Amino acid sequence: MSKIVRTMSSILSLFIFVYGSYIIMHGHLTPGGGFQGGAVFASGVALLIVAFGSQNLHKSLKEHHLSILESGGALIFIGLAFGGIATVFFYNFLVGSPIFGHIPPPGPNPGDIWTAGVIPFMNLAVGLKVIAGLSAILLVMALATTITEVEE
Amino acid sequence: MRKIAMAASLSVFIAFLIAATLVIHPFGYPPSQMDDYIIENAQSETGANNVVTAVVFDYRGFDTLGEATILFTAVTGVVMLFRRRKKE
Repeated sequence: MSKIVRTMSSILSLFIFVYGSYIIMHGHLTPGGGFQGGAVFASGVALLIVAFGSQNLHKSLKEHHLSILESGGALIFIGLAFGGIATVFFYNFLVGSPIFGHIPPPGPNPGDIWTAGVIPFMNLAVGLKVIAGLSAILLVMALATTITEVEE
Repeated sequence: MRKIAMAASLSVFIAFLIAATLVIHPFGYPPSQMDDYIIENAQSETGANNVVTAVVFDYRGFDTLGEATILFTAVTGVVMLFRRRKKE
């Protein structure tokens, strides 16, 4: 793509990444969560792929690294689920503890990010998984299309 | 003949949609104890202000595990399908 498109997308993708991270980290306070924030983040990756070309992006973003990241997210998620196995699977064992254990007052209130026990960690794990998974899908599909174009 | 069959099936489908819209339950009916329990107790039990996230990640965490597994399977399938072969 042209120089204007490349410059603008490299600036805009940073804002998209920050917004996706915000949606992931504030999943227990505002609408959104791991899945939605990960999709926003992956749209920034799609912008970079369109602007710079998948071959250039593939020099720094390999799909086997992304698959390691995705499996790590899944393992963190299942590990957190097993953390509450003393009571029941997926028990929220961090509520009431010093780490993310503060309970907000009932009723509508702006809330505090230091709440909700294990839910922010689960949001982070699912967000990591969705970011890596969707980026891997986009990257692999873009690489496949460019290779067929070259061969023809 | 084909157009007549398509028109007949389409009209039956639209009639079914209209009938389903007319007999659908009103919003929030029938009332269930589960909704009231979650709306009352989600904030004090999980500490999350967002009740939807509390349901998705706490009350129905097993369902979210299934969703994550679906995503994992989809990524695995796509990467297998579009993997690059070595040059022969």
